[in-house]
Amino acid sequence: MNDVTSDMPADIPDDVRYAPSHEWARLDDDLVTVGISDFAQQSLGDVVFVELPEVNDEVHAGSEACVVESVKAAADVYAPVSGTVVAVNDALEDAPETVNQDPYGDGWFFKVEPTDLDELDDLLDADSYGQHCESEGDED
Amino acid sequence: MAERRTALYDVHVAAGARMTPFAGWSMPLNYGSQIAEHHGVRRSVGMFDVSHMTITDLAGDGARSLLAEVFANDVAKAEPGRAVYGVLLNESAGIVDDVIVYGRDAGYRLVSNAGTRQRVLEWLGVRAADSDMELRRRDDLALLAVQGPDSLAVFAKASGVDVANLGAFRVRERNDWMIARTGYTGEDGVEVALPEDEAPALWRRLADAGAMPAGLGARDTLRLEAGLLLYGQDMDETTSPLESNLGWTVAWDPPNRAFVGRDALARQRSAGPERVLRGIVLTVRGVMRHGQRVRSNAGDGTVTSGIFSPTLGYSIGFARVPRGAAGDCLIEIRGSDIPGRIVRPPFVRQGKQVFK
Repeated sequence: MNDVTSDMPADIPDDVRYAPSHEWARLDDDLVTVGISDFAQQSLGDVVFVELPEVNDEVHAGSEACVVESVKAAADVYAPVSGTVVAVNDALEDAPETVNQDPYGDGWFFKVEPTDLDELDDLLDADSYGQHCESEGDED
Repeated sequence: MAERRTALYDVHVAAGARMTPFAGWSMPLNYGSQIAEHHGVRRSVGMFDVSHMTITDLAGDGARSLLAEVFANDVAKAEPGRAVYGVLLNESAGIVDDVIVYGRDAGYRLVSNAGTRQRVLEWLGVRAADSDMELRRRDDLALLAVQGPDSLAVFAKASGVDVANLGAFRVRERNDWMIARTGYTGEDGVEVALPEDEAPALWRRLADAGAMPAGLGARDTLRLEAGLLLYGQDMDETTSPLESNLGWTVAWDPPNRAFVGRDALARQRSAGPERVLRGIVLTVRGVMRHGQRVRSNAGDGTVTSGIFSPTLGYSIGFARVPRGAAGDCLIEIRGSDIPGRIVRPPFVRQGKQVFK
């Protein structure tokens, strides 16, 4: 996602890695779970629709994987790593507000079987992502 | 440039409001969830700080004749204690602003938009110069809106003023307060103009009595569901009232009643406006946004306002479309043509779907 700004202190846990476009990625048992950051959900405001990818879709790091639509705007969600989608969070279809309420937990979007785990190293750690968010906030 | 702050700025920040720049002011966008605030107003009661609106008092013998000239509705309806909605027009019948005129014992009070502040003051000022009238900008007043099915009970509890027997668009003055049965949500409610220094205390008493603070985000979805237009987005100086679903606010009688823009508007009325404002509902997922193209049976139009409707659970909006546009249409959203349907606003009144 791009063009997001926020002025509230955002939660930035250090057990995930972050794309500069505000997606997070968490490695569990060789699968990478993907969602959007607290900073991203705050800037979007209430989420009203999530258009998820389909299982077996191929996604590519830095390319559009799905769309999240809030009261404010529609935003592309980019895959932080490349691979095959093996699960999607269908619960978001009926309860999109979960993305706002629990962005790093029940608000996850999809899980990827990654083709290259080294891609995770290209993502930002919590400290770098925090600085990145601060610098975007200053651009306001 | 620093944005102006209302008397309630500190109260908003302390309540965790996300503040946003709006027409030169720093205003609350939401206090967490704008959808929760929207439902709070529809189901019980919410309150809005709308002190960014421009309040102007007009006094003196010339006030009535000035309003008769610049207000396209009939100022004669604004007897003391009554409020009248209408528009100010330019010579080509474009809308300079939409306003409420409040009739008072001491003259008239005009509440106009924040974004048109300078334009409206110039517009009135030029005509006021030669007349026996005093224009007074009331920057010393705050304006609060309390809206929702429980608003009158909560307002009475918080203020000690019972307005349950006050009719719609009626006004009661009490000391320095002006309490009007007006609003921008499609629900029962009041709007209260009061001295700035009294506003924080009233806000806190309203909160204690159960009113949920609501921001500009909820205000926008509530007004759109209610079929109410937003100046600068759904209408401006390039659109007339007939092109904006506001023909009902124009007082044509008596036929010799002269008001600015009448001649141009009368010509458009006899020819029939080429464009009109209609409602659109999306029959599939997605959210309409300002500026998107609409393809209809009668030609192309443009979405002027689009939202996700929290009450209905899908997207609704206004579009300016060629006259005769009706039925199914396509809205171009992010490169795809999404099917929608043209309807007559409003969409929701007092919590219930009202369009067909």
